[in-house]
Amino acid sequence: MDTRIQIVAIGGTLVLLLVVLELVRRRRLLERYALVWLGSSAVLLALGVWSGLLGTIADAIGVKYPPTALFVVAFGFVLLLLLHFSTAVSRLTDQTKVLAQRLALNEQRQSELEKRLEEVGERAPAHEEEPEVYRSVHR
Amino acid sequence: MNDSHPYLAVVPAYNECATVGRVIRSIREHAPLYDVVVIDDGSTDATAAEAEAAGAKVIRHPYNLGIGGAVQSGFTYALENGYSRLVQVDADGQHEPAEIAKLEAAMDEDPSLDLVCGSRFREEVEYAAPISRRTGIHIFAFLVSRIVGQRVTDPTAGFRLYNRRGIALFARDYPHDYPEVEAILMVHYHRLRMREIAVKMYKRDGGVSSISSGKSVYYMLKVLLAIAVGFVRERPVIEAGDEAPVTAAHGI
Repeated sequence: MDTRIQIVAIGGTLVLLLVVLELVRRRRLLERYALVWLGSSAVLLALGVWSGLLGTIADAIGVKYPPTALFVVAFGFVLLLLLHFSTAVSRLTDQTKVLAQRLALNEQRQSELEKRLEEVGERAPAHEEEPEVYRSVHR
Repeated sequence: MNDSHPYLAVVPAYNECATVGRVIRSIREHAPLYDVVVIDDGSTDATAAEAEAAGAKVIRHPYNLGIGGAVQSGFTYALENGYSRLVQVDADGQHEPAEIAKLEAAMDEDPSLDLVCGSRFREEVEYAAPISRRTGIHIFAFLVSRIVGQRVTDPTAGFRLYNRRGIALFARDYPHDYPEVEAILMVHYHRLRMREIAVKMYKRDGGVSSISSGKSVYYMLKVLLAIAVGFVRERPVIEAGDEAPVTAAHGI
């Protein structure tokens, strides 16, 4: 493999690896999602360094020019990551829906309770100051 | 509010209806000073009903958040309701509520302790885990012991007693997946004090472990990554007026 391509491939994947680690360190990326990124960049880095293996893969899938095999593998990982995120987004969508429904049901229950309290003639005493619970959370 | 009891037992439960009732009754019998709250982490079986029937308060998550999110709800509940101690007891019957007294005794003996951990491996006890799982635990035990500078033999068990400082720390920040190992490291990095003591534990009675064999590789990798990143991780203590502590709050 051409040395320049090899340098670019190794440099690129190293930068990717470091960016992912830094995001985890700064708590902008959960470990759960970082593992897929780390796995992808580690494999790409290995293929960049170990060009013999890349040649074998290129032969196996019928690619004449080994660096092209690197792009094929990288594209595979990109697809994998996109699929991973699609499933994550689907789960989040579902969870957000359930959360909104629970909130709506709770609000309905609360207003029902307030109405019933008024009927009994015991209006809930208005809080002059923040309730104790609220303070302790925001201390 | 806790008019009667100063202490709280948190029982995280996900589809544990076969055992949760017995665990709660056992806690009420052996640790009568403790209020019991069950965090029903989106169970699809009768866990919540069983827990209520056994006399526990139940906090229901609208969907499954995982063990980390479930336990953290317990910490937040304890913080908001002014409990001074919190013990975590798993709902599957692995932890023996009669042993809470041992955790208590250790904390009473040394009030500067913020966390007392129960360990299966301190003494020769009747605990027979599969060899693969024990090996994994011993690897983590070795790494964690080296990092925190004191002997930790069972970093993956959740049978732990926390004081007010421990409660406040973990109500603010508790790991998401497989939290036990990371929690010990957080205690160390935040300069809280911990001690591990020997307790008796059982093999689980019912339900399915959150760590199936297929997930154990992911478990190892995730915790190892968390340990590695833990050396250099930012650990902000949020002061009034700081940015809100939300993961991925901003774009890259």
